[in-house]
Amino acid sequence: MIQRLQFCTFYLDGLLFGVRLTDVQEVMRHTEMTLVPLAPKVVSGLINLRGQIVTAIDLRRKLELPERDADKLPMNVVVNNDAGAVSLLVDEIGDVVEVGEEAFEQPPETLRGKVRGVIFGVYKLSGQLMHVLDTPKACQFADVVETATTVV
Amino acid sequence: MSIDDAEMVKEFLTESYENLDRLDRELVALEKEPQNRDALAGVFRTIHTIKGTCGFLGFAKLEKVAHVGENLLSLLRDGRLLLTPEITTVLLAMVDAIRQMLSEIQSTGQEGDADNTQLLADLTRLHASAATVASAAAANVPVVSPEPKHESFTNSEAAAPPLKIDEAPKPAMAAKPEPTSGGSASTAPSASATPPNETIRVGVNLLDRLMTLVGELVLARNQLLQYSNRVEDAGLQTVSQRMNLIATELQEEVMKTRMQPIGNVWSQFPRTVRDVAAACGKEVNIEMEGKETELDKTIIEAIKDPLTHLVRNSVDHGIELPETRLRNGKPRAGRLTLRAFHEGGQVNIEIGDDGAGLNRDRIRQKAIERGIIGTEKSARLTDREVFNLIFLPGFSTAEKVTNVSGRGVGMDVVKTNVEKIGGTVDVQSVAGQGTTVRVKIPLTLAIIPALIVTCAGDRYAIPQVSLLELVRLEAEPAQNGIELVHGAPVYRLRGRLLPLVYLWRELKMGIQKVKREEEQEGVYIVVLQADGRQFGLIVDQINDTQEIVVKPLGKQLKIKTFAGASIMGDGKVALILDVMGLAQRANVVDETRDRGSAEVAGEAVTAASAKRTFLLFTGPDEAHMAVPLDTLARLEEFPASQVERSGTLWVTQYRGQILPLLHLSYALQERRRRRRNSEFRQSNAEHSRLQVLVCNHKGHRVGLVVERIVDIVEDTTEVRYPATRAGVLCSAVIQGKVTELVDIPAIFQASGIENMGEEQHAEMVH
Repeated sequence: MIQRLQFCTFYLDGLLFGVRLTDVQEVMRHTEMTLVPLAPKVVSGLINLRGQIVTAIDLRRKLELPERDADKLPMNVVVNNDAGAVSLLVDEIGDVVEVGEEAFEQPPETLRGKVRGVIFGVYKLSGQLMHVLDTPKACQFADVVETATTVV
Repeated sequence: MSIDDAEMVKEFLTESYENLDRLDRELVALEKEPQNRDALAGVFRTIHTIKGTCGFLGFAKLEKVAHVGENLLSLLRDGRLLLTPEITTVLLAMVDAIRQMLSEIQSTGQEGDADNTQLLADLTRLHASAATVASAAAANVPVVSPEPKHESFTNSEAAAPPLKIDEAPKPAMAAKPEPTSGGSASTAPSASATPPNETIRVGVNLLDRLMTLVGELVLARNQLLQYSNRVEDAGLQTVSQRMNLIATELQEEVMKTRMQPIGNVWSQFPRTVRDVAAACGKEVNIEMEGKETELDKTIIEAIKDPLTHLVRNSVDHGIELPETRLRNGKPRAGRLTLRAFHEGGQVNIEIGDDGAGLNRDRIRQKAIERGIIGTEKSARLTDREVFNLIFLPGFSTAEKVTNVSGRGVGMDVVKTNVEKIGGTVDVQSVAGQGTTVRVKIPLTLAIIPALIVTCAGDRYAIPQVSLLELVRLEAEPAQNGIELVHGAPVYRLRGRLLPLVYLWRELKMGIQKVKREEEQEGVYIVVLQADGRQFGLIVDQINDTQEIVVKPLGKQLKIKTFAGASIMGDGKVALILDVMGLAQRANVVDETRDRGSAEVAGEAVTAASAKRTFLLFTGPDEAHMAVPLDTLARLEEFPASQVERSGTLWVTQYRGQILPLLHLSYALQERRRRRRNSEFRQSNAEHSRLQVLVCNHKGHRVGLVVERIVDIVEDTTEVRYPATRAGVLCSAVIQGKVTELVDIPAIFQASGIENMGEEQHAEMVH
């Protein structure tokens, strides 16, 4: 039997993205955030997740997509990685999809810049492409922090 | 290795580590009291347990070491051998070897390949020598050994098994047959001489989790209380009140589970002291007081290294050699005292010795040599200030300093580590009588009292330990109360200048909005202390004080200005400000400049306690400036037309000499160097007469041209603030005005006029 993988999908600026379902801790509606001054731009703030303090990352900024309209509230996809839980801010949550390995392809060479490191590849779904995030990399902003602190 | 085995190894490791720690203590205690059979039996059993278990788990090398050690110990136990320092040393070495192998097992699962041949040889040799020693020992200690020995042993062994309620008896014990011992010990493999204790071992993770959950419960309780206060429902009120009480109590109890007696850290010190003392050929007795004083686990861990360092230091440098001590009329053996006690919500830990004490003069001399303080200033320091110099970074870096000063390696690290957990270090010393280092630390780090403030709409928590006071300026005084020292805002707090830091500015928040609010509503100043410096933090609003649960920020989100985050009563997150980090960010405690300015200011303060006479004058840009009158030779006024040019210098003829002239506005701002010529012309044009302060500088007269001489006054300059620009000593309030004290020698030095003066002097000789 071909191995089939499950992805939690969501939308950003009309594009379909997916993260491995096993990485996802939970999905939440928009919650209030506390700003973190001096933090890198991709850090939207801190969220209280039942007593756990979770850093929220604006995926649009991380992927260098245009800013979300001010009246649209983002949703939280909380993922777990080595550095603890991180919340990814997305526009809208999609379905959980199951895909086979055969539908996977590397990102095209023409995809350049910082984004290339974050996007692992694409799955060819019927009618659209699902961008697969490299979750640990998507949650990363430490390098940015360093430069930020040295600059200031 | 199966899971069961892995579990067993883990348990074995935990237990063995504890046993080894006890061994350290017991062996050192035994050395003092070699006849103590109970202690010996305890040591024997511990080694025996380790041996048995590792044999069962298949750690052959470890078993071998333990086995040989056990053989030696059995001789000691039976009184056939007397414990000598040599034997103790070898036994301690064995403990170390076992510990090292255990850590190897912990990390790799294997025993490692450390070479224990020497140790084994030593152990065997001592064991073999027992035969010869035995007769001697029998002759020497005939009174003690014969009857009590066996009886006490059979007694204790017989009594032990029924008493023993070990919650996890080692299967290994039952399985492993006794290879060596004469049967007496076989009945009680892992028994301890202590009565059964009613404790169970719980993972730290579980406790932390409990703590988190209780924190959550407290938050939920707060929300419930808020809600129930709004609702008219007697039933709900009653329930929420009860809930309130229970949650508070639960929180206190859970907090206690994290508390540990400080004795846990201290227990390793007898061994440390013994080793260090042996290495330097000293004799030291250690005394402990207040072992049971409890501290949060995280703090215990954080102070372990600093304390160890201080203890080592005391033995290494504090306590003298036995001969020296005898010569000075002290007992041969030095005394090291550890004391812990609660005081004002903090824990005090004192490490005292009865050694030679710190040498004030050498410390001072060293500090001067290393450029930490100026010669003049050092003469005015009190003893305590001198002693505390040893905590300064840089004082301790060079090896030589350690030997000479008596103390030093890493004292600054000790201080930094203690301060990191919100504590303080202080040292007191009496020459010839000893030194006491006092460490003050908070009880817990997990929950701290904090002041909640608002800035640009978000709340921030400021740990109360750094908080000194709160000041509110009403709208009117807010505009007048904040003065500027060359652009840096200050506030006069009871006559002292307090540097001000705008929180929104440091956090790079929106400026306009905040600015407007401030003008309308007045200003809140939170007076904080960081590294001995005070500064005022301007915030939008002061909310209240509350106990907050400190939670770390994500690993990636390490910003020096924040110490962590906490969850407020309404469930929102607030960041905790790191006062030290903030102060550094705002340059309140800039490392390089701070030392200099603090020193200068300190120097100036001491100089200023008496009244001095100042010459007031107006500097560039109408700045109020002053110099002490006694630094001036004369005041003169020259017509601008008398100024002549000599090479690169502007000069005038004065009393038959050539007087170089320096314009103050040029001297104070390096960038204007190139515009010097034009400047003189300008001033020539503007003022038909130049007002000149004639000073003696290195045997030459130099004239300092100022805008306008104002007055000569007598005043104290107790109100001071470090300088904001070069060429200025400090700022002070003179005659009710913030005035900059000009540093004349520095100005001449910086302007290079002295070199020119010399050239000129040479020319004149020609």
